[in-house]
Amino acid sequence: MAELNLTERQAGDITILDMDGKVTIGEGSVALRNTIRRLLGEGKKKILLNLGSVGYIDSSGIGELVSSFTAVNKEGGTLKLLNLTQKIQDLLAITKLLTVFDVFENEGEALSSFN
Amino acid sequence: MKTDELYRQTVGKKEITFSISSKIEAIDEAVQKATAFASDAGFGDDALFGIDMAVREALANAVKHGNKLDETKNVEITLINLDRGMEITIRDFGKGFDVSEVPDPTNPENLLKASGRGILFMHNFVDKVEWQQHAEGGMIVKMTKNC
Repeated sequence: MAELNLTERQAGDITILDMDGKVTIGEGSVALRNTIRRLLGEGKKKILLNLGSVGYIDSSGIGELVSSFTAVNKEGGTLKLLNLTQKIQDLLAITKLLTVFDVFENEGEALSSFN
Repeated sequence: MKTDELYRQTVGKKEITFSISSKIEAIDEAVQKATAFASDAGFGDDALFGIDMAVREALANAVKHGNKLDETKNVEITLINLDRGMEITIRDFGKGFDVSEVPDPTNPENLLKASGRGILFMHNFVDKVEWQQHAEGGMIVKMTKNC
């Protein structure tokens, strides 16, 4: 079984990526990077990452979230985060990245915020 | 290797030393071994999470930045069950680095960098972290987690 499974949903022009598994150095980080690259290549620039089922993330995974954020911004798009677990929220607080990302607990509110 | 086998290798031991080769795929098993050892030493879930994070970051640094993914070089791990905690020592065989020169990833100018947060996590999840150059080459990081 893959370290990280990414399932894509569409809500209008917003792409929701449901992430399930671990985002750690190696396979998990690469899977996220490749998916973001592909979405940008397809012109999908409004991306909501749903981390509700991400049980574990390391500094490499956090770095991949940052890289995704900057890659999407560079293309004139927006990337936001949904359903952070307490542990991931703590890690983003430690790294002061809660000041960088738009974070939501409710999918409807997150989707509305794009427009 | 299955978790129960890893556990049998660590249970009841006061100290264990083992090596992994310098590849990303080897990190997970070494982390599992360290947490099995810590669990046997009596650490609770929160502390085990911290040990998992700190060991994973230290191993990633050793494999990627220390040994530069050179699979001919090993990373050595020593776990010691102290009376009131655990000591974790990780040695690579790279050129070493000056930890004081590592940029603070929480500085505003570094926030959007893709890497450089591992040392911050190590400091955050264990009680003490020390780096030193090994006399015969390579870098040693020693971490202490109190019970």
